[in-house]
Amino acid sequence: MIGLGHFLTLSAILFGCGVATILTKRNAIGILMGVELILNAANVNLVAFNRFSWAGEAVAQGGAPAVDGLMFAMFIIVLAAAEAAIALAIFLNFYNHFSTIDIERARMLSG
Amino acid sequence: MLLAQQPPTLDPVAPWLFYLFAGVAVLGALGVVLSQQIVRMAVFLLFTLGSVAMLYFFLAAEFLAAIQLIVYVGGTLILIIFGVMLTSKNPFIRLTVPLGQRIAGWGIGGLLALLMIFLGVVELAGGFQPSTPGASVEHYGVAELGQNLLSKYALPFELAGVLLLVVMIGAAYIAKGRHSDLAKGEETP
Repeated sequence: MIGLGHFLTLSAILFGCGVATILTKRNAIGILMGVELILNAANVNLVAFNRFSWAGEAVAQGGAPAVDGLMFAMFIIVLAAAEAAIALAIFLNFYNHFSTIDIERARMLSG
Repeated sequence: MLLAQQPPTLDPVAPWLFYLFAGVAVLGALGVVLSQQIVRMAVFLLFTLGSVAMLYFFLAAEFLAAIQLIVYVGGTLILIIFGVMLTSKNPFIRLTVPLGQRIAGWGIGGLLALLMIFLGVVELAGGFQPSTPGASVEHYGVAELGQNLLSKYALPFELAGVLLLVVMIGAAYIAKGRHSDLAKGEETP
């Protein structure tokens, strides 16, 4: 039977892959993909906890199901989209300066 | 709708479907880590995000699955692919890190994953049995989410709107600020 532990395990694996992606890539867009993986891992955790925790209890008592985990996941998706837009704008600017996307070239903050 | 009828401890149909989508998600994430070519990484990331969206159906979060497909697969990933196309003359370019650094990165990622699996499964899920058998959440309606969004989470909702506006203006400014300088510089001499 699939329970909370399965989703937590999947989330942990996604998180580990995201961290490894961030640490082992030199392409800035690849690092952005690692960040997206980590945010997705957090979202899986939030949705799984919302499903397996007190949401069902409220329904059993005649109330509406609690959706707080889903709300957090939605805000995380919004933040991830905003972060991706800003990061890609910065990478485009970086590419205009250095003609490469290699983050090893980013050794100074003044453009 | 098909999966909405499932009781809280997931149905007998669910296990192999869960393992299928979770396996695709894990393989996609491993592909993102192991691949050195940015276009292949984007395709692997597409598989992972799509599988996570399918897994949201198992967790009775249908609206969130739709949001995941629209925003991530339809929006963010397209944005990333545009970024790949705009920032490389050769999209199959290889930027490899030294082997020692790569092994260290994989080791740190693997250790963190193992730590989280240990903490989550052994420590937490072992003593975490909250769903009473009678409590069945068939699916979360969009009405629930909307009511929460406009009452309990009204302030974060407004802030998210302001954030999106600021991000839109800021991204446009950052991405094209230097171009206008160059164009002006080319005109004056």
